[in-house]
Amino acid sequence: MDHAALLSDLRTFLRSDQLLTSDEDCSVYAFDGTALLHQRPACVVLPESRDEVARLLARCNQRGVPVVARGSGTGLAGGAVPAPGAVALCLVRLNQILALDAANLVMVVQPGVLTQQVADAAQAAGLFYPPDPGSIKISTIGGNVANNSGGLRGLKYGVTRDYVMGLEVVLADGQVLETGNKCVKDVAGFALKDLFVGSEGMLGVITQIALKLVPAPASKKTLLGLYDDMTQAAATVSAIIAHKIIPCTLEFLDRTTIECVEAHASIGLPTDCAAVLLIEVDGHPAQVAEQAAQIEAIAREGGARSVRLAASAAEAEQLAAARRTAFSALARLAPTVVLEDVTVPRSELAAMVAFVQAVGQRHQVRVGTFGHFGDGNLHPTFLCDERDSEEMGRVEKAMAEVFAHAVELGGTITGEHGVGLAKKPYLPGQLGPVGMEILQRVKTAFDPKGILNPGNMFD
Amino acid sequence: MNDDGLNLLSGLDYSALQQCMHCGLCLPTCPTYDATLSERSSPRGRIALMRAIADGELAASKTFAEEMYFCLGCLACQTACPAGVDYAALFENARAEVERQGLLDGAVRNFARRWVLGWLFAKQTRLRTLARLLRAFQRSGLQALVRRSGLLNLLPFGLGDLEPLAPQISRRFTDQLYRRQLQQANPPTPRYRVALLAGCVQDISFAEVNADTICVLQHNGCQVLLPDSQSCCGSLHAHTGAVEQARQQARLNIDAFAAENLDAIIVNAGGCGLHCKHYDRLLADDPAYAERAAAWSEKVKDVHEWLADVGVRPPRAAMPPQQVAYHESCHLKHGQRVSAAAHAVLQAVPNVQLVPLAEADWCCGSAGIYNITQPELSMQLLDRKMAHLSATGATVVATGNTGCAIQLQYGVRRAQAALDVVHPVSLLAAAYRAETQGGTQCSTLD
Repeated sequence: MDHAALLSDLRTFLRSDQLLTSDEDCSVYAFDGTALLHQRPACVVLPESRDEVARLLARCNQRGVPVVARGSGTGLAGGAVPAPGAVALCLVRLNQILALDAANLVMVVQPGVLTQQVADAAQAAGLFYPPDPGSIKISTIGGNVANNSGGLRGLKYGVTRDYVMGLEVVLADGQVLETGNKCVKDVAGFALKDLFVGSEGMLGVITQIALKLVPAPASKKTLLGLYDDMTQAAATVSAIIAHKIIPCTLEFLDRTTIECVEAHASIGLPTDCAAVLLIEVDGHPAQVAEQAAQIEAIAREGGARSVRLAASAAEAEQLAAARRTAFSALARLAPTVVLEDVTVPRSELAAMVAFVQAVGQRHQVRVGTFGHFGDGNLHPTFLCDERDSEEMGRVEKAMAEVFAHAVELGGTITGEHGVGLAKKPYLPGQLGPVGMEILQRVKTAFDPKGILNPGNMFD
Repeated sequence: MNDDGLNLLSGLDYSALQQCMHCGLCLPTCPTYDATLSERSSPRGRIALMRAIADGELAASKTFAEEMYFCLGCLACQTACPAGVDYAALFENARAEVERQGLLDGAVRNFARRWVLGWLFAKQTRLRTLARLLRAFQRSGLQALVRRSGLLNLLPFGLGDLEPLAPQISRRFTDQLYRRQLQQANPPTPRYRVALLAGCVQDISFAEVNADTICVLQHNGCQVLLPDSQSCCGSLHAHTGAVEQARQQARLNIDAFAAENLDAIIVNAGGCGLHCKHYDRLLADDPAYAERAAAWSEKVKDVHEWLADVGVRPPRAAMPPQQVAYHESCHLKHGQRVSAAAHAVLQAVPNVQLVPLAEADWCCGSAGIYNITQPELSMQLLDRKMAHLSATGATVVATGNTGCAIQLQYGVRRAQAALDVVHPVSLLAAAYRAETQGGTQCSTLD
């Protein structure tokens, strides 16, 4: 590859502040939110229009130069870590909300709009954009779509995929594809937009998104249940679902996680219990009141030490915000935090939690666990030090066992973070040879020269 | 790159750098990232640069140096950081390394650093002498004449642009006010014995705020001392990479205050207070001072924090209604985590209505000497702050830091806004004075 020729080519349509080449700039785009993974890109491009994205891809495709798209770089599977020699394509300057179509309950945005801005704009119009990943304050909506991000409200409201109605995508060769629209129903051709949701930047670069909005719930209540025993907390979750109640949020934090979150947020979380359940119900006020009372009773029956209702909307928001910091807060305890994302059918939750604890003990690694219990989505977080190779070896073994067990239980190696580089070795174990071959074929159909995030997800 | 392999970044406890797990939650709170959307100008990016240098993967370059000085040091990232990264320490170390390697060396810059940091701010007597000259200039009519004349435009390096930023010099400095009347107003049977750090610029430009602070403390059972030989706390030095000079300032103050005989060392400027609380860290390797520095740091209290600790006596006087907006000093809020206590001080003032200020804890652009070193972004931030202030409809903006007060006063002059910039304790002091009209306790300030 002729690096200098590519740069001079790119300079014909990019300003110097849109094409970064210094060592300093390249080194800060070498990583995302994932531990242990970094690789400097050859250069960084910050486009300000779809056409710039298209021109960049056309030229890179011609020259066979890899392109790795990213937003704010908060991914947790290394999906935005550049391939060697790649152009890091950072989309944060494509950050306009283009339309809020209240008549059709649709918002049209550019990919660099922050998820929080999407949520705020919807709220200002009396509407609701439910997906709320932990990094909502800084994650970009384009990154959310490319990773099919989840969040705290998956149980009732689903994940990002459920809110993507249409996409504009620049393909590897620079052509622009529009797929989907504002219609609730549309069966014209294959559902191509669904292929791009969760494609981790391997099939095209998303440059515009039409998002579905829903009416804002009229009321909500937040409950905090404290447990002296983790399995009782897990059993309460199963009981709530068995009672045919679908809360909006059903979150779990173990003691290690609670201590870290409290150290950061100082909101008076109890640090002497084994587990906390954070539960939110929303909807019609009468239904919310009834469900909250039911949940409280179920939790008490299930052995909760105490159950209390958040006193105000502000306190409820504080609790949810604190929960969203769980992963980062765990970094208080160890220099390196390796976060996993296994998900199992909800009926297997208690078994999976127990297994994670046992694996941690067997390999003598510290694990903090939190997650979206209502979704069966766990975030076992290994607390370690990357400079201790012996310890990292044990972490790796423990992780492999956790993945294998999740798949055995009918679960998945990743519920919402994506495969990226971090979980790539474990993907064949879940998908099998046929699944892997189909992935390859889809990739080749969209990106025959393999320039888009090569080496991610599979080779 | 420096070749001794022991640069200040690699000398850091590496876990301080590792603590950042690059989740990115700091990014939306960082004014320089907000302005540029460039990863290099984010806290996460800056820490990654420091780490790359500590690891020997990157040379400490002029680009790195400029980036470290583009950082406001507002520490909003520290409030946002769930992992508890001590960005203040990393940032001071990085700037110290920039200076140690002379990455930004230049004749003018070196000259200014030597005289301003090394001489002028090293002893308060020197600053006071200069201030008296400046006051004569401001009051003689010369200032207005010079401003009209366009002479300022002839000054090199844009120095002329700085003149309007300069605060008014107080008629009397803190020590004069103290000796003339404040000292005598100390309560006869005090509950606490405290000493005030008068500051450097605060002492010459906001001596009234110091007097108000003393007054409020006296009204709350404190005997207030004003140690004579105190000087600039050294935060100016520490934040510009002059660590050795910062240590020297710290030693001077530790010697001046005799912390062991005090219940508290009161600081009324957010930036100075944060720095004073870190004397322990600054002098940890100085065998002669480490222990005394630790004792000193324990005694340092922001005035609002101290008032919250001892309990504010509500003033009895009826006061006219005032709509007050509170601008959070970065180092008070993000550095010292003092916010509720300052609100409580304001709420203790009869008839004050606190009005919500959007982005109250977003930096105003003062950031030490940022308005001098990075005027463009500084003024953008000031405009943003002034727009939010204007939207509140408040007639008073209260803030607990000298730099913020100077910046906001400039913003008010520039926008010709009808807005008083005050320190929260000044509002409280006025209410106490109204109780004792005609009385002796810090009744008037002539």
